[in-house]
Amino acid sequence: MNPNFNLWVIPVLALTGAAINGLFGRRFPKQVVAAVGLLFTGAAFLWAARVALAVFSGSVLLPHTELLASWIRSGSFHADFAFYLDQLSMVMLLVVTGVGFLIHVYSVGYMWEEGGFYRYFSYLNLFMFFMLTLVLANNYLLMFIGWEGVGLASYLLIGFFFLRDSAAAAGKKAFITNRIGDFGFLIALFLLIQKFGSLDFTTVAEGVGKLPTEAGFGLLTAVGIFLMVGACGKSAQIPLYVWLPDAMEGPTPVSALIHAATMVTAGVYMVARSHVIFDKAPLALAVVAIIGTLTAFFAATIGITQTDIKRVLAYSTVSQLGYMFMACGAAAYAAGVFHLMTHAFFKGLLFLGSGSVIHALSGEQDMRNMGGLRKKIPWTFAVMTAGTVAIAGIPPFAGFWSKDEILWQVYSHGPKILWALGLLTAFITSFYMFRLWFMTFFGEYRGKLESGDHGHGDAHGHGHGHGGIHESPMIMIVPLVILALLSIGGGFIKAPEFLAPVFATGSVHVEAGHGEGAAKVEGAVTEAPESKSTEYWLMGFSVGAGGLGLLLAYLLYHRRPELPGRIADGISGLYRTVASKYYVDEIYNWMLIAPLIDVSRRWLWRGVDQGGIDTVVNDGAIGAREVGEIARHMQSGNLRSYAGWLAAGAAVVVAYMVWLGVR
Amino acid sequence: MIPLSYYLVLSAILFACGVTGFLIKRNIITIFMSIELMLNGVNLSFVAFAAQWHALSGQVFVFFVMVVAAAEAAVGLAIIISVYRTRETLNVDRVNLLKL
Repeated sequence: MNPNFNLWVIPVLALTGAAINGLFGRRFPKQVVAAVGLLFTGAAFLWAARVALAVFSGSVLLPHTELLASWIRSGSFHADFAFYLDQLSMVMLLVVTGVGFLIHVYSVGYMWEEGGFYRYFSYLNLFMFFMLTLVLANNYLLMFIGWEGVGLASYLLIGFFFLRDSAAAAGKKAFITNRIGDFGFLIALFLLIQKFGSLDFTTVAEGVGKLPTEAGFGLLTAVGIFLMVGACGKSAQIPLYVWLPDAMEGPTPVSALIHAATMVTAGVYMVARSHVIFDKAPLALAVVAIIGTLTAFFAATIGITQTDIKRVLAYSTVSQLGYMFMACGAAAYAAGVFHLMTHAFFKGLLFLGSGSVIHALSGEQDMRNMGGLRKKIPWTFAVMTAGTVAIAGIPPFAGFWSKDEILWQVYSHGPKILWALGLLTAFITSFYMFRLWFMTFFGEYRGKLESGDHGHGDAHGHGHGHGGIHESPMIMIVPLVILALLSIGGGFIKAPEFLAPVFATGSVHVEAGHGEGAAKVEGAVTEAPESKSTEYWLMGFSVGAGGLGLLLAYLLYHRRPELPGRIADGISGLYRTVASKYYVDEIYNWMLIAPLIDVSRRWLWRGVDQGGIDTVVNDGAIGAREVGEIARHMQSGNLRSYAGWLAAGAAVVVAYMVWLGVR
Repeated sequence: MIPLSYYLVLSAILFACGVTGFLIKRNIITIFMSIELMLNGVNLSFVAFAAQWHALSGQVFVFFVMVVAAAEAAVGLAIIISVYRTRETLNVDRVNLLKL
């Protein structure tokens, strides 16, 4: 019998923080707002840590379900406010609360000078609430509530500087693009209800377990593909990734928390959570793998050409999410979630670090105006180095372990072409990240701000042009250092082994009658004697790819900084295509948005609204006025004329009665 | 015995006279008398029906009408006197202060 953890407290703590700051924050001084925001997030983290300690001590039998209250009961269908704890949600819980708390701390320093400080923390806590609901839900419907809620929080925070048109537009773009994905998710849920009559993870898993593996296109394949459509929206995969780069309009800590570490990984979590469905639908799994690989590759190529430091990281995020889906597509869910975790560490770190750079340069985001910052902001330089090395996949940093795991799993379970693209992407990733690193921290400073030797250490707001390059305050440095340590050491966490039981139960291997199901999934490492050496070979390849990227970036952006421009001129057609993000935004605009606006304007607005509805209403009003114009002559105010009308009316009635009688 | 229709026709003629007088006369006293004429036209049809069907309710109704008419006459004449005192006319077309 498991102890009662009161799991519901974790999300509700965050909600309380959001409510207090949202309702009363306007009257609080900033110190109180920050204290409330940090207190409730910190408490949520401690609660989660308490649960985690109990789990790690082995006294808890997973999976563990807690029912808070019943929610919807309709016939045989029911969905409850119930929370589900297994290894997968445990990892997500710790990542969300832990990284979330660090980013809250960082935000206090970063957002101190901005208007709407209380609003910011209220939204951020609200996001935590929905994200925790998402990862702790025990059924798809409650998960969907969290899913939509994080979308809302993301919209609010992207549009945080809503006075800027571009921010408001980016918020809308994110929200609308996500609607398309949510449409797919909803269809998948309807199919599940129709087939299994339930949305509980366990019930659905049992139901799916009884079905045979689908050879062609069947119900489970449809469910899988529609779920993937939902994941594409939330996790910014092809074809719905376009919103994420624009989402960089939000404050930088938001990019770190929502658009790198947590929310965008919700799609990966959802696919991993639905692994029983995907295991039975190889076609859907192939779709996941292909989408993930293509996204990883194309987003990485775009990343090479971007000059805005945050946009490089945004495309990098899209690309790394592609890696996670690539892993899921190879049925290596544990590797995907492992990469999710390490990615949360190093990408959160990189975003926060880039925020620190932007802060130091008073709002400058263009890398062409940076350079030589390594001496001026040494702390930021140190932590960014840790993050860059981690994402580039150089051992023994965190990114290496998870990325290598993914590539190995793809190599051994999937087609080799996906592995080759993944390896190529690893090289490109290393290249563009070191390009960012060299352009930002090495060479000559190319910006306009004078060197910041004036040394006042208090927290300045950025974007106010107060001059001087300055290191960030301690409240921003400390979370950066913690994340840097996690990026360095995070790879040694045995996440795949910890997660193995989740993906072992009811998986395709067990059903296929191989017997030792649990051992099979873990058995990827011990599969065959010769695979051990293959694994080392592959490891060498991926390290080589990372090292090659570093070398190339060093040559092009440090030794010969004039070369990239000449290369770009040499292949100007290709360069311009990539730099314009393959014109995807333009194509979407031309294919979908412009026709939609055109139809809306010409048909719905001018045709239906103006032509139909308005005409009916206006003509009705005009008709009423004209009848009134005629009828008002009766209302002369002359008493005897009223009496006359009365008599005439009575006469008509009498005549009618008489006529009835005569007839 | 005189048939019922004779009474009814006479009643209708009386009522029509009352309506016509009400509509075309300007003197308020004449209008007042026209109203009385209409009431009595109706009274005539009441008693005619009562006699025809041997039912007392028609006759009782006539008494009610008379009472109302008397009350109306009392109030109406008082108003007429009051109007004459203030306006020094009995022409209803000139008593039009409430008209827009």
